[in-house]
Amino acid sequence: MADVATNATRTSLSMRQPGATRDPVLVALLLAAIILCAAKPVLPDFLVRLPEAWIPPLAQWLDAFFDVITGDMQEGRFGLIYITRWFAEGPLDFLLGVTANLLEGKYRWPYMSDPIPWAAVAGLAAVIGYYLGGWKLSLLAGGTFVWTAFMGQWELTMQTLSVLLVAAPLGFFVGLVIGIAAWKYKWFDNAIKPILAVMQTLPFYTYLLPAVIFFKVGPTAGAIATTIYATPPMILMTTVGLKKVSPEIVEAGKMSGATRWQMLTKVFIPSARTEILVGVNQVIMLCLAMVVLTAFIGMPGLGGKLLAMMNSLKLGRSFEIGITIVLVAITLDRLSKAWVRKLPEHHPKDTPFYIRYKYTVLSVVVFAGLYLLAQPIEILNEVGRRQSLSMGREIDGVFEAFLNLDSVQAITGTIRYVLNVWVLIPFRDALLWIPTSAFILLVVAFAYGVGGKKPAIYAAIFFSIVAFSGWWDRSVITLYSVLSAMAISMLIGIPIGILAARSEKWSERMLLACDTAQTFPSFIYLLPAIMLFGITDTTVVLSIVIFTMVPLTRYTIEGLRSVPAEMTEAADMAGCSRWQKLTSVQLPLAMPTMAVGFNQGIMFAFFMVIIAAFIGTQDLGQELQRTLAGTDLGKNFVLGINVSLMALTFDMAILSWANRRKKALGLD
Amino acid sequence: MTTDSPVISCRNAWKLFGPNPRQYLKSMPAGHGYEDIRADGYIAGVKDVSVEVAKGEMLVIMGLSGSGKSTLVRCFSRLHDITGGTIEVEGQDIMALPEKELIELRRSKMGMVFQSFGLLPHRTVLENVAFPLEMRGQDRHARRERALEVIKLVGLEGREEYFPRELSGGQQQRVGIARSLAIEPDIWFLDEPFSALDPLIRREMQDEFLRLQAMLGKTIVFITHDFDEALRLADRIAIMKDGAIEQCDTPDQIVMDPQTEYVRKFTEDVDKAHVVHASVLAKPVNGHAVEGDPIAGDRTIHQIARQLVSDPREHLPVAGKDGKIMGIMARQEALEVLLGDSANG
Repeated sequence: MADVATNATRTSLSMRQPGATRDPVLVALLLAAIILCAAKPVLPDFLVRLPEAWIPPLAQWLDAFFDVITGDMQEGRFGLIYITRWFAEGPLDFLLGVTANLLEGKYRWPYMSDPIPWAAVAGLAAVIGYYLGGWKLSLLAGGTFVWTAFMGQWELTMQTLSVLLVAAPLGFFVGLVIGIAAWKYKWFDNAIKPILAVMQTLPFYTYLLPAVIFFKVGPTAGAIATTIYATPPMILMTTVGLKKVSPEIVEAGKMSGATRWQMLTKVFIPSARTEILVGVNQVIMLCLAMVVLTAFIGMPGLGGKLLAMMNSLKLGRSFEIGITIVLVAITLDRLSKAWVRKLPEHHPKDTPFYIRYKYTVLSVVVFAGLYLLAQPIEILNEVGRRQSLSMGREIDGVFEAFLNLDSVQAITGTIRYVLNVWVLIPFRDALLWIPTSAFILLVVAFAYGVGGKKPAIYAAIFFSIVAFSGWWDRSVITLYSVLSAMAISMLIGIPIGILAARSEKWSERMLLACDTAQTFPSFIYLLPAIMLFGITDTTVVLSIVIFTMVPLTRYTIEGLRSVPAEMTEAADMAGCSRWQKLTSVQLPLAMPTMAVGFNQGIMFAFFMVIIAAFIGTQDLGQELQRTLAGTDLGKNFVLGINVSLMALTFDMAILSWANRRKKALGLD
Repeated sequence: MTTDSPVISCRNAWKLFGPNPRQYLKSMPAGHGYEDIRADGYIAGVKDVSVEVAKGEMLVIMGLSGSGKSTLVRCFSRLHDITGGTIEVEGQDIMALPEKELIELRRSKMGMVFQSFGLLPHRTVLENVAFPLEMRGQDRHARRERALEVIKLVGLEGREEYFPRELSGGQQQRVGIARSLAIEPDIWFLDEPFSALDPLIRREMQDEFLRLQAMLGKTIVFITHDFDEALRLADRIAIMKDGAIEQCDTPDQIVMDPQTEYVRKFTEDVDKAHVVHASVLAKPVNGHAVEGDPIAGDRTIHQIARQLVSDPREHLPVAGKDGKIMGIMARQEALEVLLGDSANG
């Protein structure tokens, strides 16, 4: 056992310092990179930066390609845009119209004169909460809507939810169908796997522009971008669930004489219920995160309001909207997770139908009752502007006063100054100074040292593509934000995780906090950073830090907790001090799990750095955001793919390391 | 169809697992053993098996895990497609059946019970039992009625609305049995139905099973790795090793006359007196004097132990089922069976 431990330490050390191992390939790569750096003054120009003339007009090519598949059929083109526009203006627009009419009172079919009263929605949510998870969930679900109504944010919330109500089921069905196909046909599975990997790392701006071009501006584009963004995990969970159905259940179905269709609908899908519902949970949460972000293409709702408020630095009101978004997120998450756990229960024979279906009956009664009550009692129908309990203006003042305090300004100012002048800017300049060729070699060396040969080859290809895309400097700045944020985040997140893991009670609390925080739409994480540091470069890095700390802390705790008890006991019996036990037994064994958290952190960071662009950065996100205003589909794609390729390079290297390590330690 | 023709007839059946089994089987040299096949990258799940199951017979397939017994039974129901040979069920070559007719065959003739029950977790007991009926499109009322009938038969009355997770292992297997009986199958496959259960419950379920079999008289293929269970239940036992059947015989013959070293080892620890019946030891009279009351041939040596020890006769007459003398049994030989080989010194 001690052998395993020391072995693991050695490898984990070698991961942090790739130079420590004597793999000749690695040494050669690093040496080459160093020589290229040292020789920078005398290097031929093309090794420092690719000359403009060498860069292929990728964006134009892509534009031409899109022209062919979308363009007019009379000109012999494919005419995809007619199909998508038909879908957008036909069925999708109709569905969105229905939810908008019911929830917001827009003048659309079914032409209800008023939106559903808030009290009826809140009552229904409370009953559903009670059915799925008892009193606590009932309070949370009902309370969220009561809060929303009394904060005067009812209409905003309903604008957001009416899109969610269409996008989430759509994502569910599309994901289910594709997931079934991927499970049934191996070739299809192989074909979509790389596409899904790219999709999950593609920045969300890249979803938005095509959605706008293909599906019209407005809620339809928002719903489509949301759906596409939320579908991949549903596909994955469906496939996983179907594969896990026990062979005996499958055989029992076949021996019962089920046809293929009966097998799928009555045996496979119901037996994969748990995984499919976990997929549903993820679809809902991603949809919410995305719907909020559609603010960037001008969608109204919670996200739109939050963006507007943040832009004008009205922090108090941003804060209130932030709370609403968080409450809605927690409610949706808890409800759908409770649904995963909810198992059917039997009723004794001869139970009357109103007890057998008591929750259905209760829902109808509560909904109808509050609906009718709301007709004479106006406050149950709509909380007017005057009656709302919003204190946004007052909180605005408090925040302003707080931030204007000399001591606060001094602290934030110092942090900002130190970070900027001593850490961030030097680091950025250093990265920008490195010649392109040396930079690629360094990344390849990292991928080789951590992940091995295959990730190294992909790293070389991916970063070369980035170099040839013509956006090298901006890509490096993007990478700089990600890396510096990850470094700070690790410095804070991992110690918190280690401390929390020391006691069972605290680990559970921290895990719960992390789980909850992970349900928040990413947009929310900008809020505290902006509140403290205003709109500056530091804010971008700090918002990424806050966002990525969550998975880092979480996986540190989980990694440490998953260390088998007999190993720590053996360490105790060997006379290890706490520190020795931590560094030579627990951390090495927890490393594979922690690496997964690190990886998730990096993915989150790439996501966040792009969103944060609206604060005013000089990276790819900034350019991406600019494309949203126009119809630069080609450029938009090139930028998006750059982000995706960089993220995938890290993803492959780190996950490959984690998997190999897990196998080597026998932790699988 | 006459009662003499076998219900299941399996001739030179092969089931190979590997990248290209059909091709491999064709090109494989004769006399290739299990290890040779494995060296070529294939696993012989079923290796050149020929066996017949007669109507109303209970054939028990025995073997250690990995010996291919589950694979063989899955070939009988075509849950696995065989690689070579033929399997006929009631005279039909099941490999030649199109999917539709195969489904029809399973819907009307076959029932199967699984080791870990294979119950659908989202359905109640009633819905699980009615599942095969639902598959063949029976209307709700008729299938409910039939399902309740079988549930009663296996003694689960009052639990119809329970979900599988709310039941104990023994109860869950009763549901599995009820489900397999719902369509009134002619052929009943049981794949280690009791091995996931506690010893006490197992015994109870075996009794229950014997009761059902006495009542229903089905053709049964029963898999087990428990020799005592096999001896208790079987008309004939087929012992498998490495995908092949080592010996297929009545329990008495297997115990008295093991054909291979492997079977001998397998039966070594069995208390033969509990297995061997008087009729098996009976030899033609051949001029020996037949005196006194005969012994019933269907009794085991253990059951007549007392008499064997005290009876003064050298040769005891044995009577068949019809009460006629079918032969005589040497007392010395019977005592050897009773006391084990040590009787020889």
